[in-house]
Amino acid sequence: MSRLILGRLAQGLVTLWLVSVLVFTGTQLLPGDVAASILGQNATPGALEAIRRELGLNEPAVWRYLHWLAGFVQGDLGMSLANRQPVADLLWPRFWNTMALATYAAVVGIPLATALGVLTAMLRGTVFDRVTNILALALVSLPEYFLGLILILFLSVKTNLLPSLANVYPGMGFFPWVQATTLPMLVLLLVTTAQIMRMTRTAVLSVMDQPYVETAWLKGMRTKRVVLRHAAPNAAAPVINVVAFNVAYLITGVVLVEAVFNYNGLGRFMVDAVSKRDLPMVQAAAMVFGAVYVLLNMIADIGAIASNPRLRQPRETGA
Amino acid sequence: MTSTFTMNRRGLLAGVAGMGLIGLMGKPSWAQETPVRGGVLVLGIGGGSTTDDVDVRKLNDWVPVNQAYMLMNGLVEIDANNQATPELFESWEAAEGAVEWTFKVRQGVTFHNGKTLTADDIIYSLNLHRGDTTSAARSIAEAFVDVVKLSDSEVKITLASGNADLPYVLSDYHFLVVPDGFTDWANPVGTGPFVFDTYEAGVRSRFIRNESYWKPGCANVDAVEVIVINDISARTNALMSGQVHAINSLDFKTVDLLRQNPNLQIVQSAGGQHFTFLMDCTQAPFTDNNLRLAVKHAVDRQQLLDTALRGYGRLGNDHPIPSTDRFYNSELPQRPYDPEKAKFYLKEAGVDSAAITLSSSDAAFSGAVDAAAIYRTSAAGAGIEVTVDRQPADGYWDNVWMKKPFAMSYWGGRPTADQMLTIAYQSTSAQNDTHWANEKFDAMLIEARALLDDAKRKEIYWTLQELISNEGGAMIPMFGDYLDGASLKVKGITPHPMFNLMGARMAEKVWLEA
Repeated sequence: MSRLILGRLAQGLVTLWLVSVLVFTGTQLLPGDVAASILGQNATPGALEAIRRELGLNEPAVWRYLHWLAGFVQGDLGMSLANRQPVADLLWPRFWNTMALATYAAVVGIPLATALGVLTAMLRGTVFDRVTNILALALVSLPEYFLGLILILFLSVKTNLLPSLANVYPGMGFFPWVQATTLPMLVLLLVTTAQIMRMTRTAVLSVMDQPYVETAWLKGMRTKRVVLRHAAPNAAAPVINVVAFNVAYLITGVVLVEAVFNYNGLGRFMVDAVSKRDLPMVQAAAMVFGAVYVLLNMIADIGAIASNPRLRQPRETGA
Repeated sequence: MTSTFTMNRRGLLAGVAGMGLIGLMGKPSWAQETPVRGGVLVLGIGGGSTTDDVDVRKLNDWVPVNQAYMLMNGLVEIDANNQATPELFESWEAAEGAVEWTFKVRQGVTFHNGKTLTADDIIYSLNLHRGDTTSAARSIAEAFVDVVKLSDSEVKITLASGNADLPYVLSDYHFLVVPDGFTDWANPVGTGPFVFDTYEAGVRSRFIRNESYWKPGCANVDAVEVIVINDISARTNALMSGQVHAINSLDFKTVDLLRQNPNLQIVQSAGGQHFTFLMDCTQAPFTDNNLRLAVKHAVDRQQLLDTALRGYGRLGNDHPIPSTDRFYNSELPQRPYDPEKAKFYLKEAGVDSAAITLSSSDAAFSGAVDAAAIYRTSAAGAGIEVTVDRQPADGYWDNVWMKKPFAMSYWGGRPTADQMLTIAYQSTSAQNDTHWANEKFDAMLIEARALLDDAKRKEIYWTLQELISNEGGAMIPMFGDYLDGASLKVKGITPHPMFNLMGARMAEKVWLEA
């Protein structure tokens, strides 16, 4: 098991390195640079040159990449090119904001979604099953910013129940924080719950059609015991996978939700960084997003293997 | 963009057109009671980034500009009537020829750190933009050949060539004043209405009142909070749900809906922001002025204004000087949509019809692609076949602007006619975006700049506007107003010709209803 984890970690590091190369090249290919974006319409050649010289932008691209990489492997994320603040100071508070919102949505959403999935599988074909499925399909089909705007209209502008700005700041209490973040959490919840629920239902149902489940039925077991004891554990692997992907989405895919609710998270950080061509910031954000994906994928694989003894042994050749 | 939701605003606009400042629509709050002290003003402003700070050399977006005006003062202020009024420069005097200027420094002003303002601070602050510097105002400051201290209360500025508008030039938002030798932009110190407290770049800031602020009737609220909200719908929602007192840059498409909210006031300010269709005078077919005139007669300006800006603007007359400018040529006849005349000019150019390609992108201005489609329809009626070439927003300014023969763009307003005409139409300017070169124009422009006699200057600027309108390469169909929204609890709001939020100085001027 530990060999497997170490192997995956090594692969993850290679992936991260490839990401850093791709992001660096991509940012180089974009038109304009940080000097042009600082100056905008006032970009006279003299001022451009002065900024480029001050920031070392005249060095060859490869040298600048290696310089960044050398700092990064020593844990130094560098300085923002645009305002000369340490990237770490700008990045981590936003990272924790994103993590907090993702955790809030996951803590509410994952139990809810898996429970609903198992329940609809148990009640296959009933009105409850159908209504839940139709609702889930509808929610998956709506873009999240649209869902967000609808929630704002009804819960914020019309009724003033919750604030439309997810305004969080250091030192705020737990309950004000919950109040501020509940609307974005609801949007994330609606988008991810539907997916997890449907996957859980499908996985449980496919197991339910297996002969050993039929045997369990024939032994005279009750539905609850058949589903929870025999079917659900065997359906765990695909569910763990879809949960991991959704958690990754909660952390990395929330740019639109952050925009709609003006939430100060990593998505906005990345958008700002790219639009300013602020390379150390872009790289730092990309590394964080990459690491989140690598880690969650690894956890999903390991979870699937741990939950299913058949995957623990490498397959014999020719099997 | 469709025109299914248009209210007939033409009648309303016609009544007040030319007044310049349209004022507050909805319930006006300028019954000007006396200011009340107290309360925390919360502003939701779009145009900020994680990479912001208030380094005066780098100011180029709305959040840092507004924040900078909360913490610091300028040398000269542009008032609501578009006049240069004293700020930290108390008075000024120009020698004949407008090359040498003497400015008196306001006395009895102290910085937030207790230091008293002297000429040294002002010279240091101006020098931040002079010489080999990273300043965005570097090209403006290049005109200041010499800045010297005559005494603690007097500064003399010598220019490369005469400029009667120097006080207006000094109103640029980069020319803010910090103490002599100041470098710590993470903890800014100024003479402004509010004192630096907390600041999170691109997210929020909170500044508290400067109890010893020198400007009378200002700094009324105890503290001002800025929440950076770049997304227009998030900003509008925050205003409607009462989480902020005021927001900048309303969406033209939703203003009419906002107006129905009884708790809000819409602040509409006429200014110099205008939208351009640029014809490159050095590229075929626009080398022929007849063809340029045909293009200028083939646009239905009123339709563009009503559709693209929902009527929140003014008609343009193919020159960049707004009706708010003191040198605006009010007697130049408005060019109408006249397909017959366009056809006449096509004939003069020796063709029956013309096929041209218009490069457009929403980078030029929000709604530019729709405006291009509207122009295509009206031009078709005049025998001009327009193909709209939609370009990506990324790289538009590098790859399309000033390169394609016919492209869309915009200009923000400038405080003076001279600055606007110089940057965009003088043949030697790096941003002469129609590549128009007219010796008579250049000579008269330079002559007018050094004149201290306003009557003579007016005469010249009127001629220059006519020249551009009749011969220049820019088709300018409309000027867009600045639109802000505010809660009725905020008192003392006036329209302002320079920028959104009362020329970015709302925080120091307004007060909250008790």
